[in-house]
Amino acid sequence: MSDTIVSLPDQSTARIPKVNFITKENGLLSWLLTGDHKRIAVLYLISLTFFFFIGGALAGLIRLELLTPQTDLMATDTYNKVFTMHGVIMVFFFLVPSVPATLGNFLIPLMLGAKDLALPKINLLSWYLYVAGGILAIYTMASGGVDTGWTFTTPLSTHYVNTNVLTTGLAVFIAGFSSIFTGLNFIVTIHKMRCPGMTWFRMPLFVWAHYAASILMVLGTPVVAIAIVLVALERTIGIGVFDPTKGGDPLLFQHLFWFYSHPAVYIMILPGMGVISETISTFSRKRVFGYTAVAFSSVAIAVFGFFVWAHHMFIMGISNYAVLVFSLLTMLVAVPSAIKIFNWTFTLYKGSITFETPMLYTFGFMGLFTIGGLTGVFLGTSGTDIHLTETYFIVAHFHFVMVGGMLMAFLAGIHFWWPKITGRMYPEKISQLAAVVTFIGFNFTFFPQFILGTLGMPRRYAAYPPEFQVLNVFSTAGASILGVGYLLPILYLTWSLKYGEIAGDNPWQATGLEWQTQSPPLTENFAVTPIMDHEAYDYEWLEHQNLTKLKEKEVPSAG
Amino acid sequence: MNHISPVLWEFLVKWMTNFALFPPEASKIAPEMDALFFFMVLVSMVGMTIVILLVTTFCILYRKERHPVAVQIEGSTLLEATWTIIPLGLFLVMFVWGALIYFRVYTPPANAMNIYVVGKQWMWKAEHPGGQHEINALHIPIGKPIQLTLISQDVFHSFSIPAFRVKREAIPGRYTSVWFEATTPGTYHLFCTQYCGTNHSQMIGDIVVLTPDGYKQWLAESTSGMSLAQNGERLFASLSCNACHNAKPDARGPSLANVYGAKLQLSSGGTVLADDAYLRESILNPSQHITQGYAPIMPTYQGQVSEEGVIALVEYIKNLNSNYRIEQTLNTTDMLPEGEVKAAPVTPGGVELKAAPPKAAPQGVVKP
Repeated sequence: MSDTIVSLPDQSTARIPKVNFITKENGLLSWLLTGDHKRIAVLYLISLTFFFFIGGALAGLIRLELLTPQTDLMATDTYNKVFTMHGVIMVFFFLVPSVPATLGNFLIPLMLGAKDLALPKINLLSWYLYVAGGILAIYTMASGGVDTGWTFTTPLSTHYVNTNVLTTGLAVFIAGFSSIFTGLNFIVTIHKMRCPGMTWFRMPLFVWAHYAASILMVLGTPVVAIAIVLVALERTIGIGVFDPTKGGDPLLFQHLFWFYSHPAVYIMILPGMGVISETISTFSRKRVFGYTAVAFSSVAIAVFGFFVWAHHMFIMGISNYAVLVFSLLTMLVAVPSAIKIFNWTFTLYKGSITFETPMLYTFGFMGLFTIGGLTGVFLGTSGTDIHLTETYFIVAHFHFVMVGGMLMAFLAGIHFWWPKITGRMYPEKISQLAAVVTFIGFNFTFFPQFILGTLGMPRRYAAYPPEFQVLNVFSTAGASILGVGYLLPILYLTWSLKYGEIAGDNPWQATGLEWQTQSPPLTENFAVTPIMDHEAYDYEWLEHQNLTKLKEKEVPSAG
Repeated sequence: MNHISPVLWEFLVKWMTNFALFPPEASKIAPEMDALFFFMVLVSMVGMTIVILLVTTFCILYRKERHPVAVQIEGSTLLEATWTIIPLGLFLVMFVWGALIYFRVYTPPANAMNIYVVGKQWMWKAEHPGGQHEINALHIPIGKPIQLTLISQDVFHSFSIPAFRVKREAIPGRYTSVWFEATTPGTYHLFCTQYCGTNHSQMIGDIVVLTPDGYKQWLAESTSGMSLAQNGERLFASLSCNACHNAKPDARGPSLANVYGAKLQLSSGGTVLADDAYLRESILNPSQHITQGYAPIMPTYQGQVSEEGVIALVEYIKNLNSNYRIEQTLNTTDMLPEGEVKAAPVTPGGVELKAAPPKAAPQGVVKP
């Protein structure tokens, strides 16, 4: 039975199809004016990688400065600008669009059996907005930067800094519309473009996760846009909404900002969770344990995620009773994440597990995300939040979820769908090594920061008391290992574009519709509109398909 | 040891001698918060262990070589319920436990000694009730509940004492408060933990916890000769607050004696409790807070008084309920340069400036 499932491409028969979305048209213009979701996804992938390395370089500078207790590498103002730009670029130009705009863009129509997203031109527009916002952000950095922190806290951002708050705000504002358009496009596509037979509960969990994230993008992003406009108006004409001397409320900004920015962390992590559902099923050759529970937990996270924003403000003098409510709701939002972790774990149970690179990243995700999630409970608990908030504990928690969770998931997804996107395999051994290096480097970098936070080391400090140095040295050393872990994939993935083994349609023997078409896919995705006649992750159906194909092949050769 | 490079050697020595892993517990709340912290660490470690054990076991038992054919399983409602309810239950325990601590940290006891703290870019200024000022330091005694009333003069700051496990945001335009009771004498870190601009990381200081005797000694050594309320009194006079708030029958402003803690009837309808925040607001933004029966004639003092000044005024008004304080008012006014008092016009019906306090003086003394 299962012996028929091969997990490596059959070199003898696999060919890169002559006609595919990459070769269909040539020339720069054919890319820049394309409506093809797959090409837009590739454009996004290239630009995202660019921003990731800028953000990463800034992170390297931060860690270098923190190697010693004194401010010796750069002036405090420079340090403040560096961590601000690191935050702005990583959050708004990498994490928010990372999985949705690349993998989501590429895969959602394929997974649904559709020809494209519902609104291809809006999709292209969203990439242009992203690039425009990104260029503005780079321009801001080049022309002096900004030092408000990525949270733009008023009245610091409105009255007390002389840096480029307005252009940064505009960059984030523009990038926000890119995110709204992507979300809108996904929602419409998922509602309207599913192929015959693709019911809601036959959709891959990747699509469910993106649906939940899209709702957050569409409903949350406008609020941060409003908050940014208010900051701009306050800075330019002094409308006084956030100015206490004019009767305004400086805390109001934080309510508005976190009303978006808390759901935004779910915008970042939910698509990553979608990736994990796909990889863990494929490499266990087994359907995801508790499909409906995982699907609904995504929706639950999206719904509850909107009602926990004030847990960023427990110590800021909001009413004690508000703290009570928001702390309770935070506990509720932690539960769906726990459900997901256990369901993924039990997907392994009685599976037939192999350990290719995407699976290694998946294990990395599960471990690091669990730590990230559990430490989130430390912060959601109002009592301990008093001590831990605004320290390196927050930094560590956030990076465990975002870098340990999201970035691991992103890399898992990139490796997993690389053969589908490019038609070629990545080199297995070195990428397994990269996954392990990333995991080790990550833990060295961020685990000491939990201890630093418990000790009380405040975040955003260019200098710190000398007794914190040892842990900071660990963290910086880890960051250099992590840097290697991130450089490796860039190198070997680029190498594989030309020299990688040819992948064939379905190198992993995965069940998703995206694997039932050629790699790289046609511009129209499918030669014939597929009909979904089975559940998601139905490996028995796949075996049956394989057997039929095998017979079809045998008949002509016999005859 | 020649073969160890000097840098590495220095690092190793540091590791051995100066490696903090957990902050000292120097307040009453600290052990309570740590109990919850370690409970959560324990739960997290058990949870992590369960996940790691399950994943490792499954990976060994069901790796492809050992288990070539996967068994397709839909799911299990019982298991789903288990891992929904158990985490939820644990999280709820943490929620309740945490909320109890939270309410304690931010509900000062009635007998707490109040110290005002003003945050500004980039320093902390503490104002003791006895008039002692200090910058980037806070001297406090053990065994006495201390309440901090915090405010910021510019941007958000956050007053953090890791050894006490307490932290409170200092916000522009409103008072916040926190309290603690130190248990162990020593010097501890004070950090500003809310990013506040260029020298955020230099907005640090020392919390010096003294024995009661040591504290008394410190108070005596650092006194400026005037208590905070006395400073307020001077300000009250120099800003001519007493021109209206003079408790005379025809006064244009309400009497402020005993006003602190009272329920006031506002002309806009409704009542309000006159607490620190209310007093501050009605100095800076008086037209919004008119006591019933008075005309909205008080000018705003926004921009004319620093936050420290407002604090002194508030402290003065707070203490204006005792006869002792009224007496102090007299004495201070008498202490003013003679010319000033004499120059004040005493014409009835005219603008009564510095004349009011001397007039009120006999009242204050005789009445009780």
